[in-house]
Amino acid sequence: MSTKVYVPCDSSAQALGANRVAEVIGAEAAKRGADIELIRNGSRGLFWLEPMVEVETPQGRVSYGPVRPADVPTLFDEGFLKGSQSPLFIGPTDEIGYLKNQERLTNARVGITDPVSLDDYIAHEGYRGLRRALEMQPIDIVQEVTDSGLRGRGGAAFPTGIKWKTVHDCKADQKYIVCNADEGDSGTFSDRMAMEGDPFVLIEGMTIAGLAVGATWGYIYLRVEYPVAHRHLNQAIEAAYAAGYLGDDILGSGKSFHLEVRLGAGAYVCGEETSLLESLEGKRGLVRFKPPLPAIEGLFGKPTVVNNVVSLASVPIILDKGGAYYRDFGMGRSRGTLPIQLAGNIKRPGLVEKAFGISLRELLYDYGGGSASGRPIRAVQVGGPLGAYLPESQFDTPLDYEAFSAISAALGHGGVVVFDDTVDMAKMARYAMEFCAIESCGKCTPCRIGSTRGVEVIDRIIEGKQRGRNEELLRDLCDTLLNGSLCALGGMIPFPVLSALEHFPEDFGATKTHAA
Amino acid sequence: MTENMTREQRIQAVIESLKDKPGALLPILHGIQDDLGYIPSEAVPAIASELNLSRAEVHGVISFYHYFRQTPPGKHTIYLCRAESCQSMNAEALEAHAKKRLGIDYHQTSDDKTFSLEPVYCLGQCACSPAIMVDEEVYGRVTPERFDEIVEAVKEEA
Ligand SMILES: Cc1cc2nc3c(=O)[nH]c(=O)nc-3n(C[C@H](O)[C@H](O)[C@H](O)COP(=O)(O)O)c2cc1C
Ligand code: SF4
Ligand code: FES
Repeated sequence: MSTKVYVPCDSSAQALGANRVAEVIGAEAAKRGADIELIRNGSRGLFWLEPMVEVETPQGRVSYGPVRPADVPTLFDEGFLKGSQSPLFIGPTDEIGYLKNQERLTNARVGITDPVSLDDYIAHEGYRGLRRALEMQPIDIVQEVTDSGLRGRGGAAFPTGIKWKTVHDCKADQKYIVCNADEGDSGTFSDRMAMEGDPFVLIEGMTIAGLAVGATWGYIYLRVEYPVAHRHLNQAIEAAYAAGYLGDDILGSGKSFHLEVRLGAGAYVCGEETSLLESLEGKRGLVRFKPPLPAIEGLFGKPTVVNNVVSLASVPIILDKGGAYYRDFGMGRSRGTLPIQLAGNIKRPGLVEKAFGISLRELLYDYGGGSASGRPIRAVQVGGPLGAYLPESQFDTPLDYEAFSAISAALGHGGVVVFDDTVDMAKMARYAMEFCAIESCGKCTPCRIGSTRGVEVIDRIIEGKQRGRNEELLRDLCDTLLNGSLCALGGMIPFPVLSALEHFPEDFGATKTHAA
Repeated sequence: MTENMTREQRIQAVIESLKDKPGALLPILHGIQDDLGYIPSEAVPAIASELNLSRAEVHGVISFYHYFRQTPPGKHTIYLCRAESCQSMNAEALEAHAKKRLGIDYHQTSDDKTFSLEPVYCLGQCACSPAIMVDEEVYGRVTPERFDEIVEAVKEEA
């Protein structure tokens, strides 16, 4: 019988050379007459070990990593096909501490299955949620999601069940499910990993959403920077259509749901839901005034559910195991699990899916192993470019939406970006403003013009010119942005800027005295 | 097949195949850029008349999105990530090196038309920062030395 060998096809694994490793393993096996079945799985999310090669043994899957192409002949010599010891041997994959201590609900299959194999998906509990949903009344599906306590994972943390109920209650000839797959935040990659590593879970989640609210069409608005996700989604959608999981008569139920992937074109603001809808309609991605809410007048003026990838990908397990099962993870009003992404200057970057409540310190040191450079960690930005910079004194904050807002920070999409003590926080504050200027949709003045002025003001502070007056000006400007912006791009850019100023004043020349 | 067609015909073919989709403009612009590498100015009136939009509207959409380009790119486009995670891993030094090595700034194309350089704000490869993408291939933990190797290898691919 042939031995199963897994080499990830996740784009970060590819970025670290996985394709070449897979090729060389194939060639080496052929040369030696070894009978192997090479499977391209998603990534387990242990990126410091990528490319991580797994071999199926009678005792389960064991892993080796990071494997370079040149290591492959030696691995064969050492008998890795039998799971033998070797300098690259990590051990049984499920026993790796980083992975073993996680609570993977949404990402249960990512890294395990062949992402584009429908059979593999079904063999690993796939489509059980949809089968159950097909036997339920739409309102009961909505109730199950409400009971789970799921809040949107895209940033705003709005309760998903309430959003669905609004769309469910609308009377309309057409409703839509739109998946926000724009994932523009720096430090985030869990949407990407889910789409590349388990696209069917998103398709299943969207189909269930369609049944729940009475929508027969769905769009995945995918950022153009994700070509691997694009391919995998399209392959999976095609397979789902072919097997009757999508189309006019889903599994003979008489219910229909259609799905298409649409590509964005490199605009951060198109992650904002109303801008995204404008873009899907073929317009410039200008943010819309709310109300009306997209739930009532969304895509092409019709009631529309807009949800993030991870939100929708969490729905199948909620339907399969029940809302209560999911709700039993987490703390306070933050229920279930959050896929946390450890990135930046960190020794063990990767995906950590945990119930809400884990502290930043545990993540940074127990999981992340400290900085990659070996220097002290000085600042951590949580929640993308609009998130606050946190100093060491706040590392004990538990990951929980309310706990973060209590310290004027945001969890956002769960991205954690680490900086060591070489970081210049005035420069990071300047960058945040510059980013806002580059990505502003231009609809409101504070964001369009204020961000450019903000860069100039920070430049003057850095140069030490009239520091006191310019700091005052910067705070004033942030206030205007906070209160006068239509969307969170302008409205939240003060978070990184002011937190940097607040916690790292020395980088802004605060100790020096300047004439005001 | 498209080889024997004029540019206008190719543009028209893309428009024909996509114009009936709801919200067809972005798919059409992608289709044209995939085929020709950029969106030439003569595409604007053609799209406008098929979709019943003004030329200004079509132009407004093209110019809104960073990814669409109105001039031909080099043979390969290098997207360099400038966002926070990459910055924390020395993207700034990589940026300076890349510009020097290619002899161009952002949004420019090298004289020999081999490379164009574009900034991006996160490629989703933050677990292996700093990251770049060359056409559709991503590369992680890119040092200046690795950058040179990648550039050389891509060049040799023909
Ligand atoms: C500037 C800006 C960018 C955003 N980018 C994203 C994004 O990339 N992905 C995402 O899911 N939500 C993003 N959001 C949040 C969306 O507007 C919206 O809240 C979300 O798609 C709703 O889905 P959820 O409830 O499942 O989170 C962004 C919001 C703003 C203001
Ligand atoms: S805050 Fe900025 S991005 Fe948001 S609507 Fe206003 S101009 Fe557009
Ligand atoms: S910040 Fe560079 S890839 Fe995400």
